[in-house]
Amino acid sequence: MAFGQYNLKDEASKPERLTAGHRMCAGCGSTIGVRAILRALNPEDRAVITSATSCLEVSSCNYPYTSWEDSFIHTAFENAAATTSGVAAAYDALKKKGKLDETYKFITFGGDGGTYDIGFQSLSGAMERGTDMVYVCYDNEAYMNTGIQRSSSTPLYADTTTSAIGTHSDGKVQNKKDLTKIMAAHHIPYVAQTTYLSNFKDIHQKARTAIYTEGPAFINVLAPCPRGWRYKEDALMDITKAAVETCVWPLFEVVEGEWILNYEPKKKLPVEEYLKLQGRFKHLFKPGNEHLIAQIQDGVDARWEELKQLCQVV
Amino acid sequence: MSDYKYPKIDKKSKAPAFRERMSGNEAVSYAIRQIDPDVIAAFPITPSTEIPQYISKYKADGKISTEFVTVESEHSAMSACIGASASGVRAMTATSSAGMALMYELLYVAASDRLPVVMAAVNRALTGPININADHSDSMGARDSGWIQIYSENAQEAYDNMLMAHRIGEHPDVKLPVMICQDGFITSHAIENILLESDEFAKEFVGEYTPEKFLLNTKESLGVGPYGISPYYMEAKRGQEQAMENAREVIAQISKLYSDATGRLYDFFEAYRMDDAEYAILIMGSASGTAKDAVDNLRAEGKKVGLIKLRVFRPFPFDKIAQALSKVKGLAIMDRSEGFSASGGPLGAEVRSALYGRVDGIKTINYIYGLGGRDMRVRDFEDIYAEIMAIKADEIPELYKYYGVRER
Repeated sequence: MAFGQYNLKDEASKPERLTAGHRMCAGCGSTIGVRAILRALNPEDRAVITSATSCLEVSSCNYPYTSWEDSFIHTAFENAAATTSGVAAAYDALKKKGKLDETYKFITFGGDGGTYDIGFQSLSGAMERGTDMVYVCYDNEAYMNTGIQRSSSTPLYADTTTSAIGTHSDGKVQNKKDLTKIMAAHHIPYVAQTTYLSNFKDIHQKARTAIYTEGPAFINVLAPCPRGWRYKEDALMDITKAAVETCVWPLFEVVEGEWILNYEPKKKLPVEEYLKLQGRFKHLFKPGNEHLIAQIQDGVDARWEELKQLCQVV
Repeated sequence: MSDYKYPKIDKKSKAPAFRERMSGNEAVSYAIRQIDPDVIAAFPITPSTEIPQYISKYKADGKISTEFVTVESEHSAMSACIGASASGVRAMTATSSAGMALMYELLYVAASDRLPVVMAAVNRALTGPININADHSDSMGARDSGWIQIYSENAQEAYDNMLMAHRIGEHPDVKLPVMICQDGFITSHAIENILLESDEFAKEFVGEYTPEKFLLNTKESLGVGPYGISPYYMEAKRGQEQAMENAREVIAQISKLYSDATGRLYDFFEAYRMDDAEYAILIMGSASGTAKDAVDNLRAEGKKVGLIKLRVFRPFPFDKIAQALSKVKGLAIMDRSEGFSASGGPLGAEVRSALYGRVDGIKTINYIYGLGGRDMRVRDFEDIYAEIMAIKADEIPELYKYYGVRER
């Protein structure tokens, strides 16, 4: 989809639709993602934002304040997509009756807990029904709002408060669920995986495509959490870059069923380069734990090869 | 109370009601077609599932303009209703039993967001063991969720109550969700004679919905469902409580207007042959009709018996109930659900609470009956009257008991 020239300076000078005053942590990946996504809206277009219960929700809409310039609704943890289905249905009803002239876009945010786990059914339903909406998962790989508990998005061997490390445990023993692929299996018009890199062009273009493609779209954004991942606030962009360069978090999109790899590192870095930046993987670097890292590397390699096959990159 | 404009029905020009035969589900669906709500989100479950089927057919035949959202669960049905209602349109759903239980979390959200969603509830037992037949345990489990609850004896009442629901819930002094309850199968599936109102009357009575604040308001953005910390949460609940108190007056007004226009009388409850009654049964739902037959039989024998059929359970008409029972010597409160308080059912607790300190000395037994669709016959109710009539003046009757159960 062509949208004209991308210029970060121009984009960043647009009025913010998530304004200052919210209570998210410094170095949090969530609000960076929200702002990047909302910048892709045409300024004249209105939006209704839905949020699952999450850090984002409890920190951005605290009665009697809101950081959202657009209309905003939160109902519960596991039903953000279904809630948006209702909003979109109301919009369709008003449009058909000639009671509303303006264009509204429907953008829904959920963390990985509210998306991969408890909100999975609601998301799947809304996508299958063809709701004209964009669902954005800000994936920080654990239940951060309740205190860093493991989710089905938590990667192998990560230390969380419910996959604790100890003399008898190396952290989470299960693999991360591949949600982006599951969403592609819904055969919806647009699915993408992205994160924050250099000039934010990748996330911007994916957001624009998602918002301005008719029908349901899903974007999975790797959104680090300084509390849960245990990094210094200013390390966020190093981590997301390492995630992409190690192929832990490849950038790709599925447009009308066509798999497109957006970036292939010239030299794929070993997973240690990603893991070592985060306290949640610190235990893996103790002598004697080399096999754990090797296991993570094997998993990343296998999934990278699988993705390249899907994208027909040889 | 705001200066709300109630519908003005000119009785002289009103089209007469016409006779039909239909089930409770069809009657409610017929009312929904006349209301033509903007959004319906529903999920199949027995016995309410016919309602979304009728909606689908109405939609297929171009008889309604409703956006029909075929969700993947009742949880999502209520979530979508909340999203739609918050957006400024009329939103409805239908459900039963486990489906309503799956909605419980969101029922509280709809009420606390002050959204006048309307639900066609078709009462069915909750699972354990699984059972598809009538009792009130589903909606009783939602009795503290902040919804207005109106119960119907038959298809006619389910239809009439549905035509009143939006006016009640959408009133600016109320702004609360409303569930219109009818008994599964007994009412929902049995074909009965019914009087239906004209589409014109129904549309006039229901009126247009013009909310003050909504998500799709181009003039002003709105935040719905904020984080409400301790300094604010309690005021939100107090506001809901006030709305429920206000609903008393609004229900009275709307019921009177509807009764005046149609000639079918609706109030918080029906007092059947209560004028000089010394012994009464208080009951809700479809078994009321059976119990009225027992009243007629016993009256023919010269027994001073009567019946209170409760229509509005939320808000609970405490004062009116106490007043209606003030002359009664013996009372049977009939609960079609268990509360597992080991002291009786929810209706028993509410009615006793209404009487306490207002009307003393009534010999009262709370009966649990009809769970999972167990039938009640006329002679069963005659039995119950006989039991309460037999309580001696100096006797303290059993607090509660099961009726019609095998004890071993």
